[in-house]
Amino acid sequence: MAAKPNKKQLALPIAIPAASGAQKLDRLIHERLRLGILSALSVNETLTFNDLKKLLDTTDGNLSVHARKLEEAGYVLCQKSFEGRVPKTQYKLTAAGRRALERYLDHMEALIGAMRQK
Amino acid sequence: MALPRPEPVEIHAHAMDNLRYIRRTIERAGSFTAVPGLGGVLMGSTALAAAWIAGPRTANLRWLTVWLAEAIVALLIGILGAAVKSRRAGMPLLSGPGRKFVAGFAPAMIAGVVLSAVLFRAGLGELLPGVWLLLYGAAVLSGGWASVRVVPMMGACFMAAGTAALIWLSAPGDVFLAAGFGGLHILFGTIIAIRYGG
Repeated sequence: MAAKPNKKQLALPIAIPAASGAQKLDRLIHERLRLGILSALSVNETLTFNDLKKLLDTTDGNLSVHARKLEEAGYVLCQKSFEGRVPKTQYKLTAAGRRALERYLDHMEALIGAMRQK
Repeated sequence: MALPRPEPVEIHAHAMDNLRYIRRTIERAGSFTAVPGLGGVLMGSTALAAAWIAGPRTANLRWLTVWLAEAIVALLIGILGAAVKSRRAGMPLLSGPGRKFVAGFAPAMIAGVVLSAVLFRAGLGELLPGVWLLLYGAAVLSGGWASVRVVPMMGACFMAAGTAALIWLSAPGDVFLAAGFGGLHILFGTIIAIRYGG
C-alpha cells in the first residue's frame, strides 16, 4: 500500500479552532502510514519491521522511509540487530512519540467538538 | 498565495476518519499481541470441570493427575487459540510480540513445574493451588507486559488469588483453583474477546 497523499489531507488547514488552544497540527504524524506506525507502537512495547509491514499492509520501501522520518523526529527508536545471520529491526515508541500521538488525538477530537458546536 | 480553506464538514469528516483509522490500527495491533480471549474462556471452562472432577483433596495422586491433565489441555487450547487469532489478524504466531510473550511466560512456568514436583514429593500438596496461581500470574504478568493492559492486569489478579490461597491454607484448594483458573480466565477471556478481537 503506497502512502499517497489524499486531497482531503492536503486541504487541511494547519491551525485548529480556538477551542483547542490553536495548537498546530503535527504534520509529521498527519500522514496515514506514520500515524499507523505510532498507533501500532502505542499498544506494543516494540514491533519489528516485519510486524509493522504486515500490520499496516505496506511495502518495505514505504515503511522504511516513513519510519525513518519518525525516528529523525525522535518519535520512535530504531534498534538494529542480528538474529543468527538474519538482520532484525525493532521499533519502539518514545515518550515524545507518545505525547505527539496524544496531542494529535486531542487535536482531532477538538476539531470534531468544535464542528459539532457550530 | 494562501491555500483555499476547505469546508468545515470536510475537516470534521477527515478528523473522524483519522480517529477511526487510529482505533482500527490500535485494535489490530492490540489483538495481535493479546492472548486469545475465546481460548481463555474455554480454558476457564475446562478448569471448572477439572476442579469439580479433582475435588478438594490436594494430597493425592488422582488430584494431581487431573490438574496436570488440565494444564496440558489448557496449554493446547492456548496455543490453538493464539494460532487462530494470529492467523485472523494476518500476523505470524511467533513474530516479535508472540516470541516476547513466550519468553516472559516460560520461566515462571518452568519454576512452577519444578516446585510442583518438589512440594508434592515433600507431602506439601496443600501449597500447590497457591503456588500454581501465583506463578501462573507471574508468567502472564511478565509475558503480557508489552501487550494490552488487560493481560498484565489478569496476571496480577492471578497473583492475588495465589497469595490468598497461600494465606488461607485451611480453605479448600479447589475453590481457589476454580475461582482463579476457572473464574479469572472466563472473566478476562470475555473482556479480551469483546475488546481485542476474539
